[in-house]
Amino acid sequence: MAFFLQNLVNALQWGSFYALIALGYSMVYSILMLFNFAHGDIFMVGAYIGFGVATGLMVLASLWAFTLPGWLILVLTILLSMFLTSFLGMFVERVGYRPLREAPRASAAITGLMIGIILEILILWGMGTQRVSFPSLIDTVTYNIGGVFITNKKIMIVAISLSFMLALHLFIKKTRWGMAMRAMAFDYVVVPLMGVSINHIARMTFAIGSALAAVAGILFGVAYPVLDPYMGIIFGWKAFVAAILGGRGSIMGATLAGFLLGFIEIFVAMIFPSTLRDLIAYSIVLLILVFRPYGFFGEPYSAKLRL
Amino acid sequence: MKKGLISIAVACCLIFGLVLFACGPEAPKTIKIGINAPITGDIPKVGEGTKFAAQMWLADVNAAGGLDVGGKKYMVELVIEDNESKAESAVKVNTKMITEDDVLIIVGPQSSKQAVPAGEVANNYSTPMISPWSTNPKTTKDRPYVFRGCFLDPFQGPVVAKFIKKEFGFDKAAVLYDVASDYPKGLAEFFKAAWEDLNGAGSVVAYESFTTKDADFSSQLTNIINSGAQFIFSPQYYNEVALIVQQAHQLGWDKPIVGSDSWGSAETVQLCGKDCYGLFFSTHYAAAAAKGATKEFIDRYNKEHGYVPDDVGALTWDAMRIAQQAIKDCGTITGDLKADRQCVRDALAQIKEFSGITGNMTFNEDGDPAKCAVIVRISDQGEFEFYESVCP
Repeated sequence: MAFFLQNLVNALQWGSFYALIALGYSMVYSILMLFNFAHGDIFMVGAYIGFGVATGLMVLASLWAFTLPGWLILVLTILLSMFLTSFLGMFVERVGYRPLREAPRASAAITGLMIGIILEILILWGMGTQRVSFPSLIDTVTYNIGGVFITNKKIMIVAISLSFMLALHLFIKKTRWGMAMRAMAFDYVVVPLMGVSINHIARMTFAIGSALAAVAGILFGVAYPVLDPYMGIIFGWKAFVAAILGGRGSIMGATLAGFLLGFIEIFVAMIFPSTLRDLIAYSIVLLILVFRPYGFFGEPYSAKLRL
Repeated sequence: MKKGLISIAVACCLIFGLVLFACGPEAPKTIKIGINAPITGDIPKVGEGTKFAAQMWLADVNAAGGLDVGGKKYMVELVIEDNESKAESAVKVNTKMITEDDVLIIVGPQSSKQAVPAGEVANNYSTPMISPWSTNPKTTKDRPYVFRGCFLDPFQGPVVAKFIKKEFGFDKAAVLYDVASDYPKGLAEFFKAAWEDLNGAGSVVAYESFTTKDADFSSQLTNIINSGAQFIFSPQYYNEVALIVQQAHQLGWDKPIVGSDSWGSAETVQLCGKDCYGLFFSTHYAAAAAKGATKEFIDRYNKEHGYVPDDVGALTWDAMRIAQQAIKDCGTITGDLKADRQCVRDALAQIKEFSGITGNMTFNEDGDPAKCAVIVRISDQGEFEFYESVCP
């Protein structure tokens, strides 16, 4: 039982990352009907920005000789990095996607791939080839609850992820901006005629998606404190799978599918030999898609699908 | 249509212009040595160690007025290429260095993942290659032109198994390794075989794997903890070591984790921190207890680059000096690359009792030296302490 619960805890943490990143894919898709394939790399840059901000704050604190508690640095790091990374998202949208908005979807899709490569090389160039060790802002405390080992970091990661997902959900359902986004997702041809600027909405969507990717990046750095410029690639692909699985454009779906993907990966490794983990895990995903080709919450809007 | 053609023409002109720009005047007569190293990618610290050691060697040689071959001095030029720590790039780099840069001999690639496929290329082109750090047998097997500067995994696996048996008296092992990389996969298999020889079938109670770039090992580690293993053997590179050790501790694991020579990087402790203190691994040399020429090298490297060189640096240094010895022994450089490469290869095979800073070397018919392994303990200050030495 403890064995099972331990895996459940592991899966919750792992799924949080997929869910946070899948949200970014899904939101952009719902507005612009394209997948931003640079999103995995925005996650990576977010982690590096978080690293920079955290290091900067620690240096500042030591220069002015006052002590910032680790948790405060972490909170400030998350907020500042979200802010900074959202500009990266807006920049990517302005440079990479807006000029191609009327171009075939395939062209816009490969733009994302190219921007991704450019971001990787920029980080490689700027940070050097050395691995970066994310600073340990809070000490790890391990709790042993009846044979299940939970760290304070795990609890924090899951809690922060869930609260951001809830905040996003409320934003989209309760605010006027959220309503504009939903309207745009419903019909991006007619809604701009009603006075809602697609440029504003697209920019905002990229900003929010990138800010969430930054949160994922920082939490990733807290859990797995070794950063490298290529860490976003595979991770981005898998989160993309989660976004598809959840139903293209569905926020709720992306969240649930992100967690589901985490659970599938962890529990497959629990039951089968770990060598076959991804083989079996992604065969399961494939099987789900065979029976639910639009994902869990997606709708078959083939008339609008321009890919 | 026309527009498309014009843009293609413009793109071609740009590329052609760049190529012209890159081609400088013919270089004077020199000996070229290729260095195939992972400057970027998964293990950049290894690439850096390779580059620094090779450049230190070059500085020595060229300060002496060049390499003396049969009474004639030749300046040496290093062609350092990045293999991005990928197998396919290492193959490309080797092909380029052999066919375009006209190198006489290649030193590298370092990890078996790149050295195994790159060795194939060097052998096919009849160009001598020395891999300083690759411990997988396949690198040199049936390849007369490929040599190595270190011991092999069929030796290292049993060394670790015997050490753990003797030191701790355990009989239940867990292995966690990267199934997508030649070195960890090969060594995990040799270790498993050796451990089962010592303790009987079924004594490896958990044999878990992951693939390169994975960051979360919680499910594998949970399986290992659940299996009742007494220690974990994990022959991984330094970036994964930090994650594995930390995650194991966070899941409540407090028993030993033992590693192999890939742990010996200067960055292991930097990334892993206190979690790695007190752990053991097998390697090629221990910097902390070095004497003589080894110490000289370490001190000089430390002075120039600001940190104690890892085993890759030391092994590369030895490989460069072996290459130098072989070129010298060859006697003449004719200028006919094919003949010269053959001559250097034959001279390499003839080298007897070469005294390197990582031990004495004589190549056997496979191009492998018989060398001693060292067990190192990571001290409570994070230094690599000599613990014991195991010879074949």
